[in-house]
Amino acid sequence: MRIHLSDDGVPVFRQIGDAIRQRIGAGTLSAGDAVPPIRQLAETLRVNPNTVARAYRELQRDGLLENRRTRGTFVTDAATRAPATQRKRELTPAIDSLLTHARALGVDDDTLDELIRQRRRKLPDESEGNDGK
Amino acid sequence: MVSDGLPAAEVNHLSCRFGSSEALDDVSLTVPAGGVFGLIGVNGAGKSTLLRHMIGEYRPRRGTVRVLGRDPIDDRVEVLSRVGYVGDRDDLPRWATAGELMDFHGAVRRGRPASGTVGWDRDLAESTLADFDLHRRMKVSAMSRGQRARLAMLLAVSHRPELLILDEPDSGLDPIARDDLLAAVIRSASDDGRTVLFSGHLLSELSRVCDRVAMLHGGRVVAETTTEELDRRFREVVVKSDAGDPPKDRYPGAWGWRRDGDEWSAIVDVEAVSDETATTTIGLTRWFEAHARSTSDV
Repeated sequence: MRIHLSDDGVPVFRQIGDAIRQRIGAGTLSAGDAVPPIRQLAETLRVNPNTVARAYRELQRDGLLENRRTRGTFVTDAATRAPATQRKRELTPAIDSLLTHARALGVDDDTLDELIRQRRRKLPDESEGNDGK
Repeated sequence: MVSDGLPAAEVNHLSCRFGSSEALDDVSLTVPAGGVFGLIGVNGAGKSTLLRHMIGEYRPRRGTVRVLGRDPIDDRVEVLSRVGYVGDRDDLPRWATAGELMDFHGAVRRGRPASGTVGWDRDLAESTLADFDLHRRMKVSAMSRGQRARLAMLLAVSHRPELLILDEPDSGLDPIARDDLLAAVIRSASDDGRTVLFSGHLLSELSRVCDRVAMLHGGRVVAETTTEELDRRFREVVVKSDAGDPPKDRYPGAWGWRRDGDEWSAIVDVEAVSDETATTTIGLTRWFEAHARSTSDV
């Protein structure tokens, strides 16, 4: 699993966690899929194994991953149908950052709503899948 | 096989001077067994001097040094058989080939059943050789700086040392060579209970691989933290102020003030001062710089 890590102050364990959440959200990882063993991911990303362990621990606590003894760490069934409140909570930081940015640029709320609508039309609809065909 | 509850290295009140300059000034430091410990500091902070005491190259004038519970001078053979070391001097013999050096180390680093050391692991050495894209017949004199650094690392890790000591192994290397060395560090540290102690100043890389860091400045240990504590306790605050002095009254507990145009920023410890507005996490670089500044203030 290739995860791009940046040095902009976001703790590395959180960046790893977010990347896995994103993959689950996008369907790249589905229920029952294994995530890489801690050592292997640590070596690929050149980070301390404890950092990967910490990212996995938080995802387990949030019910997205589960440990199956001796066999590894897997995406839970619940992960792919995370409760609505949790999904909303995860989006909040991104929305806050968008709103602050928009205000700083003097973009009013109506224009922002319109921009979001426009962008949404440009993105392939995920539920229909194979958009490129 | 790994030492029973003892720290990997323990230094107490170590001082050392070269001529009139104090290289180490009453340094006390404990490197716990297991994990990756980073020693950071500017050039001349005393990092190499400290590490050379740990491999028995220097005899302590004042203070004590224990490595894996042993005295690196009195028990030199025992300590060196359980430790791997890569120095900052790039001093592999130029006349040798990679294969000759591997055979030499393999012969010297035999297992010592009494102390539970495994000795040279031929398979590990050969697979590391392949990983690093080196060949037994390559001559050291024909190698690039990066290839020599990889070979030095191979020779230091292939007896699976309980403690791997690296003195700025990555200075002057290209990104790919640094990356290869980091992978070897992580592989060594992943083995349960093994310890890597390494010095350097590429802080963003260090912060990714270290569990714990200590900062040497002017021959003293001025600060120590863990990566986990760095995330949890410290935040940066920014204050707009034209004044020539930092607006310390706004954040009484803050330290490491830095001016940037008409903005001042500082670090707050959110466990000491609860502050809702301080939300920006800091990296190792900011932590290091803040300590360097507050130390030179004194």
